[in-house]
Amino acid sequence: MNFIRHAVATVIAIGFVVVSISTASAINIKKVKSKSGITAWLVEDHTVPMIAFEFLFKGGSSADPKDKQGLSNFLSATMDEGAGELDSSAFQQRLSDLSVKLSFENGRDYFYGSMKTLTRNRDEAFGLLKLALNKPRFDKEPVERMRRQLVISLKRAATRPRTIAARAWSRSLIGDHPYAGSSDGTVAGIMAITADDLKAAKNRLIARDGLMVAVSGDIDAKSLARLLDDTFGDLPEKSGMPEVPDVTYNEKGSINVIEQNIPQSIIQFGHKGIMRDDPDFIPVFVMNFILGGGGFGSRLTEEVREKRGLSYSVYSALSPRDHGAFFFGTAATVNKRVAETIKVIKQQIARMAKDGPTAKELEAAKNYLTGSYPLRFDSNTKIASQLLGLQQTRRGIHYVENRNQLIRQVTLQQVRKAAAKLLKPDSLIFTIVGKPEGIKSSAN
Amino acid sequence: MARSALLRAAVFITALVFALSPATALKVDVSEFDLANGMKVVVIPDHRAPVVTHMVWYKVGAADEEKGKAGIAHFLEHLLFKGTKKIPAGEFSKIIKRNGGVDNAFTSQDFTAYFQRIAKDRLEMVMQMEADRMVNLTLSDKDVLPERAVVREERRSRTDNNPQSLFGEQVRAALYTAHPYGTPVIGWMSEVAQLTRKDAVDFYHKYYTPSNAILIVAGDVTADEIKKLAKKYYGVLKNTATPGPRHRTEEPEPIAARRVIMKDKRVSSPSLMRMYLAPSYSTSKDGEAMALSVLSQIIGGGATSRFYKQLVIRDKVAASASSWYNGDGLDSGVFGIYSIPADRDDTSKVEAAIDEIIADIIKNGVTEEELARAKRTLEANTIYALDNQRELANAFGEALTQGQSVKDVLQWSDRIKTVSAKQVRQAARHILQIKRSVTGLLLKDKS
Repeated sequence: MNFIRHAVATVIAIGFVVVSISTASAINIKKVKSKSGITAWLVEDHTVPMIAFEFLFKGGSSADPKDKQGLSNFLSATMDEGAGELDSSAFQQRLSDLSVKLSFENGRDYFYGSMKTLTRNRDEAFGLLKLALNKPRFDKEPVERMRRQLVISLKRAATRPRTIAARAWSRSLIGDHPYAGSSDGTVAGIMAITADDLKAAKNRLIARDGLMVAVSGDIDAKSLARLLDDTFGDLPEKSGMPEVPDVTYNEKGSINVIEQNIPQSIIQFGHKGIMRDDPDFIPVFVMNFILGGGGFGSRLTEEVREKRGLSYSVYSALSPRDHGAFFFGTAATVNKRVAETIKVIKQQIARMAKDGPTAKELEAAKNYLTGSYPLRFDSNTKIASQLLGLQQTRRGIHYVENRNQLIRQVTLQQVRKAAAKLLKPDSLIFTIVGKPEGIKSSAN
Repeated sequence: MARSALLRAAVFITALVFALSPATALKVDVSEFDLANGMKVVVIPDHRAPVVTHMVWYKVGAADEEKGKAGIAHFLEHLLFKGTKKIPAGEFSKIIKRNGGVDNAFTSQDFTAYFQRIAKDRLEMVMQMEADRMVNLTLSDKDVLPERAVVREERRSRTDNNPQSLFGEQVRAALYTAHPYGTPVIGWMSEVAQLTRKDAVDFYHKYYTPSNAILIVAGDVTADEIKKLAKKYYGVLKNTATPGPRHRTEEPEPIAARRVIMKDKRVSSPSLMRMYLAPSYSTSKDGEAMALSVLSQIIGGGATSRFYKQLVIRDKVAASASSWYNGDGLDSGVFGIYSIPADRDDTSKVEAAIDEIIADIIKNGVTEEELARAKRTLEANTIYALDNQRELANAFGEALTQGQSVKDVLQWSDRIKTVSAKQVRQAARHILQIKRSVTGLLLKDKS
């Protein structure tokens, strides 16, 4: 499949378009640079009269102050609750009247914004976004309202077996590093945060140096360049986010049971992962697809689900972040079959670590990974989020065009090496929430 | 995860609105035709990427199951990924994957649907495979029994391990006194545990036949190419069954308000859920379903709704409050309300405040401004829905398996535009009567 072809550079006079990648099909990524130097990646497509606009600022919940955990979550909940002359109700009414979908979300390392607008309301939509970014009000009423909602949702999450398993597993692996805490914060943290804290957090975070922008839909480069300056031009040049330390890992394997009276146990397993800039990242990624990332046909799904009916869902995944990386997976099985499930998972990981995949498995994985890539680019919403993800992970505008070649080049030898490098059966930490039969926590 | 049940139960908080608007001059050029064996075909071209979404929808779902066989429609959906004479057991998804595609399936009360998303040049292969398993499924106990264990784990994961899901299941079960919509799509555990290979084979032979199926292809295709391919692969299939008309036990007119109170140790904050038995798009008269869509938007659709403004912002009795209307059912729809009270120990204030807002709308109706805003939002949602190929295909699949036509889908937003304030008030007065409802409270078990 020739989804993506060669890059064609086009430079247009008024100082906005820099590079353009055209493809066999509709995908054509342009790098747009505004007069004041703000860049965005754009896929222009006029089929649907709407624009998907995604952006991020560098800095997320892992930089929350220790005594105010949940600050970036709280910020994401209040940035669209009134700005400039518009109080919360007036601002939300304006968004609704214009059918603009605007939201903010905090990640561990980044703070994300997302806006969708109909073409006919484009300039007003960007006007509201500009207000939210530059002049959020943090009035007492919405701040207290959001505080109530955040506390309820934190308390709910704390009772969910999956959340309990994930958090306990992270703590076992990386101790008290911020990545082990909830990215949504703690009840105590949320209770301690004031409107002044939110203002200060906004001023530290929302700045031009950490900004990345991705756009897809019914807009041309020239209009976008103008809107970039209008929307982001008044933001401060430099952000002031604190540094986040790198993770240190516990590499000693263990089994940890958290007793809960539920019919099905949740199992989370894994250990240290691999950073995205590691030269072995792509072979490891392909290996994990074969082990447990690929659903049906992956070893874990075949052995745990298909052959034995142990779990509805079982997978393994890679989660590389800016300051640490994880290899983890989950399964869920009736309490009396937990021991069997863990045994099968361990066996499969050990087998992959030792022998790697077969040539046939590798070929099938490459076929899927390359053949399915275009499916990630078939709507404005998906394209914009793909383009933002590529910027966030610093993969460059040519990645889309080169990516399938990078996958195709991977050799069996490389994947075997990658499997041996990543997978450490003796370092696996298993965390179980439920009432598993015949399983005890390892002595520590 | 793959092979999931599309459980209506999961739709607590938001109503999904799938529809399109031809009035806004959108480039949706939908074609529809029938094959000689009665199978319907719908083509939705979208040339933005060289990919297709290929779906086959069967007009059979959980509500068509026999008593005592709850969950068989969904179990069979899982089993369709086993084998045929041509495709060895368990290979279907792997073949799709080796060809760069993704596949899955979902079951509701009224339909069972299978789909693949794949590069355009693999469409023919996919059609051949899907047509094959429509009539040539082979099942052995070796495949069926582990899969039944998988479905039981699925139920534990989705429902039994989650008090919110169990609660939704209970409220829904109480809403229907006779109609099968009260039985969960995934089935009760006691019945799922007893399902056999024979149950699955019988169900398959009764309902899986071309005249009971609808093919939907969205993506980088034209109606002409699909016409040729559909004839070649699906058109040649002979009908193997006559499922007959879909007559389910009729739900009598509701006469008694019901309450469901569930206590669970795992609950951290209480919630309130109310469901009113309502007409659906296919059963409603005089545009009542359209009016209910608008009404749910005005009462509880987002941060500018009455619920949010009054209960959450002004009176602070609720941390969240919303309403939704699901009008997709073949036999009936549901108007729903969901709220998390601000007070952890008292749900009565929220309930009283909800009742007050409903009473006010029944008495005084809605304003022209509210009406215009709600319509604008609903219409915008139809434009946003156009961005997603799979969502578009779903809109047609859901409509066509639940008593509506392609035209109904295309005209949805035009019909929404004609809804008057008077109709909205009438719909509220008719449907939001407490005797048509179940009010559920999910509370913390403190014992």
